[in-house]
Amino acid sequence: MDHLIYLDHAATTGCTAGVVEAMLPYFSEHYGNPSSIYRLGAESKKAITEARRTIAESLHADASEIYFTAGGSEADNWALIAAAEAYSDKGKHIITSKIEHHAVLHTCEYLQKKGFQITYIDVDEEGILKLDELEKAIRPDTILISVMFANNEIGTIQPIAEIGKLAKERGILFHTDAVQAYGHLPIDVEKLSIDMLSASGHKLHGPKGIGFLYIRKGVKIRSFLHGGAQERKRRAGTENVPGIVGFGAAVKEAFENLEQRSEKERQLRDYLIAQIESRIPHCRLNGDRQKRLPGNVNFSFRFIEGESLLIMLDMKKICASSGSACTSGSLDPSHVLLAIGLPHEIAHGSLRLTLSWENTMEEMDYVVDAIAEIVEKLRNMSPLYEDFVKKQHAEGKEQTNVQ
Amino acid sequence: MYSEKVMDHFTNPRNMGEIENASGVGTVGNAKCGDIMRIYLDIDENQVIRECKFKTFGCGAAVATSSMATELVKGKTINEALAVTNKAVMEALDGLPPVKVHCSLLAEEAIHAALWDYAQKNGIEIQGLEKPKADIHEDEEEEEY
Ligand SMILES: Cc1ncc(COP(=O)(O)O)c(C=O)c1O
Repeated sequence: MDHLIYLDHAATTGCTAGVVEAMLPYFSEHYGNPSSIYRLGAESKKAITEARRTIAESLHADASEIYFTAGGSEADNWALIAAAEAYSDKGKHIITSKIEHHAVLHTCEYLQKKGFQITYIDVDEEGILKLDELEKAIRPDTILISVMFANNEIGTIQPIAEIGKLAKERGILFHTDAVQAYGHLPIDVEKLSIDMLSASGHKLHGPKGIGFLYIRKGVKIRSFLHGGAQERKRRAGTENVPGIVGFGAAVKEAFENLEQRSEKERQLRDYLIAQIESRIPHCRLNGDRQKRLPGNVNFSFRFIEGESLLIMLDMKKICASSGSACTSGSLDPSHVLLAIGLPHEIAHGSLRLTLSWENTMEEMDYVVDAIAEIVEKLRNMSPLYEDFVKKQHAEGKEQTNVQ
Repeated sequence: MYSEKVMDHFTNPRNMGEIENASGVGTVGNAKCGDIMRIYLDIDENQVIRECKFKTFGCGAAVATSSMATELVKGKTINEALAVTNKAVMEALDGLPPVKVHCSLLAEEAIHAALWDYAQKNGIEIQGLEKPKADIHEDEEEEEY
């Protein structure tokens, strides 16, 4: 292939042409401050209002419940910290899962230092939250449950409706990090009883550095950034107008084509999974087969390490990611892969390929060939594989002797 | 992130493979941390390293440091090989990112472990060579897919 094959859409996506076109006028033509009185400012304000409405409709929410932030991380931080503060007179207990994004996990660690108690609920082998454990973990002083809509590494979709129902019955706030799900799966905050929801622009072909927090009317969380009266006084700072406009355009495109896009992605995904499983021995699909984001593929290949795999894929112009320690900058492999029970050495050999409807079957074939070739090359280099082959050989001999 | 030399040794590793009936074999690191290196030495009667090969499970830097380490000890006497430090390996590769320095230490350890094995097998003592840290254990349950 002579072009780059981008299979890391869970990390970020490129803006579509339509998104860029929508944003362009707001850099140097309609650059007015939305808070200003004159017409130039009013144009910016109008553009924000429109984007807010588009987003609210996509979630079956009200426009007044959408608060723009500088991305998914800020929305997660805000939801957790502000809710903890606002409801601390009711209790200091928060429930989350072991497979959250660091934007949630590290915020929970911060809150723990501030005197809150956090319970991290386990997931099963497929990466689905254990609902019975969640129910058991609820205490009279539980103020917040935060569980992600879908996981960024293994793509598992969580039982959000069940969690929402449970939280509602017990009078507990429910926040979900929907950064990976928003724009890829239909979400109805009413039906799912979601009180707060985080999303980010750059995961659905919108710009980076823009996101939002949905806060249900009546949830009494306070402002996170103090200053001006923007975002109904809850999030100060002159609005990122081009970012908001681009986000709005991306949401419009995503929801207009949600079904076709995800159907195409599912086809590519299932083809890729089937090809890898039939071509490469000693591999394991991580995450649930059905309850899975349309574009997510995550495999572990025994006896090899993820970073080497990524570098070799990069040399074949394939962009992917891994949960190995070397790619996370720590000594431990991904907390998500460990949470689903993978031994360290197998977690080190993981590969995440996240697709978009823009990818093609031809690309999938090229990628499978590339992975098969690289895995074989790395296995030939691996002392673990050498030991495995020798052991098999010895066992084979033993068996023939017995017969 | 990696120097050209590291990339070169990663993509075209030198001396990758096994030596049958090697004079000394050393395996260091563990799968838990994500790096395992195995060095094979073929040492002649004058204690000169005739052949040196490696196998490595690990990141790009782990492969490159093993490859470079085999290059640096090949043709050397066992005493000269013992003096090859992780610094020498790093310098020969035009440096490593700070988080990858441990890979070069592992390469040094792997050479030492192989020399130790050689010394054990031949009942000799190599001045300045210490017993390597415990060999790797596959302490996790074998799982079949
Ligand atoms: C599940 C999840 N939450 C939060 C984030 C952070 O979003 P952002 O990069 O917009 O801050 C990401 C993206 O990396 C994510 O995948």
